[in-house]
Amino acid sequence: MDLVRIEDVHKSYGHLEVLKGVSFSVAKGDVQCIVGPSGSGKSTLLRCINHLETINRGRIWVEDDLIGYRQNGRILHEMSDSELCHQRSQIGMVFQSFNLFAHRTSLENVIEGPIQVRSTPKTQAIEKARALLAQVGMDRFENYYPRQLSGGQQQRVAIARALAMEPKVVLFDEPTSALDPERVGEVLDVMCELAKTGMTMIVVTHEIGFAREVGSTLIFMDQGVVVEKGKPRDVIERSNNERAQAFFSKIL
Amino acid sequence: MPENSTHQDFEIRPLPHYERWISALLLVAVLGGFVYVLAGAQIKWSTIPQYATSTIILSGIGGTMYLTIGSMALGLLLGLIVAIARGSQNSVVSNAAAAYVWLFRGIPALVLVLLWFNIALVVPNVWIPFIFYGSTNDIVTPFVAALLGLALTESAFMSEIVRAGIISVDPGQIEAAKSIGLSPWKITKRVILPQTLKVVIPPTGNEFIAMLKYSSIAYVVAYQELASQSAKIYTQNLQVIEVLLAATIWYVALTTIFSILQHWIEKALRDTSGGSFARKMMRNIAPGRF
Repeated sequence: MDLVRIEDVHKSYGHLEVLKGVSFSVAKGDVQCIVGPSGSGKSTLLRCINHLETINRGRIWVEDDLIGYRQNGRILHEMSDSELCHQRSQIGMVFQSFNLFAHRTSLENVIEGPIQVRSTPKTQAIEKARALLAQVGMDRFENYYPRQLSGGQQQRVAIARALAMEPKVVLFDEPTSALDPERVGEVLDVMCELAKTGMTMIVVTHEIGFAREVGSTLIFMDQGVVVEKGKPRDVIERSNNERAQAFFSKIL
Repeated sequence: MPENSTHQDFEIRPLPHYERWISALLLVAVLGGFVYVLAGAQIKWSTIPQYATSTIILSGIGGTMYLTIGSMALGLLLGLIVAIARGSQNSVVSNAAAAYVWLFRGIPALVLVLLWFNIALVVPNVWIPFIFYGSTNDIVTPFVAALLGLALTESAFMSEIVRAGIISVDPGQIEAAKSIGLSPWKITKRVILPQTLKVVIPPTGNEFIAMLKYSSIAYVVAYQELASQSAKIYTQNLQVIEVLLAATIWYVALTTIFSILQHWIEKALRDTSGGSFARKMMRNIAPGRF
């Protein structure tokens, strides 16, 4: 069963066309990795999936929900803020620059969504948040503010914050690109464990090792289109495409 | 032996700051000249404390405080609303907010106070459905005219200060808030506004102190604040300088008190050692006890 379906997505900023008709789908429980040179549109695509960016053409579904619009025949009606918030609350996102709420502790960051969006009782939200912080190895830091944590620690809290909403899918936007090299491993380990729990993940990354070992499928994007798609090893080692070969030979 | 030389004690001579001595001498000369002129001036020094503690001046201090706190409270509230409206996705609302700032930053507070005070000339009656019907003059007292004039002007400036605070919040955090499904209003209330405080408090304190003195323009509508009460005395006895010096002492004293208060608030905001804001404030005032 496909959990996320992306159909002919186009996106432009003024005259600059960033996505030129992207289609693929992600099965439930899959870890879909997306790689490609910078400017290839992979981050933009990810941000379209939870409607942080609007699209100019095409459609995106998560489960049976059409993202950002209500379809009525040939007409797509823009959603209201409250409908959009409801959709977004079911799609987790982890950002390159962590984006933790700077005025809130680790625990407060994690309970914010459940309490404010889902109206979960506070004691229940805290109990759940503590379990999630333990899952990402951050239970000893629940009262720390983001500025008191290293990048890797912040990113692990950010993952816990996304998971607190019990999302159907988690989007990772270059989650390790802003980290010191010795901190990358701890975040990848957490993501690896998360993949084992059966969470559906879409991961934009430069970590080819992660894509090869953990990814179920790999997409190589360049200049706004999907160039190669398949089993990670096949795409990385046996691609016939010139651009893909050039990219992987440089990165490996 | 070379090792021994590194253990030798050297004397360090500080750089002599001759320029400090020269500037100190110049300052003493200027102040001395100033004192010499004042000593020769025909000021009845002994009367100043009497004026400063007279009931007319003291009631003026009350008036100044009411007007300052009232104008700042109303100005802050309106400024906050206008700043939030300015960032609204509703383009009608955001443009209206921009026009508001443009208009009230453009009208001198003095003119605005006079316009409000004389509004009865063109709108003789006020009718608020189910609440009030009556003569405009009954509502627009000197206090109300001064309050509206000062508060509306202040709100335009305050909204720009709050807007600067809003812009200072990391846009990434706003995206993160969207991604967990927070509504636009909750993002404003729970993510943006709490983080604007650090940026907004220092210029707000500055505005408050400016308002303390700016409230003296209520003089033109004969509201009983410090400046107009002073004028009441000196137009009768012509002791202009003595009375104004008494008022000056109070203005400087009030400014000093509010500067210290501002310093405490800023220190409490920087304090990350936990506890409520009130507790942090008290820790500033009585360190060691909290």
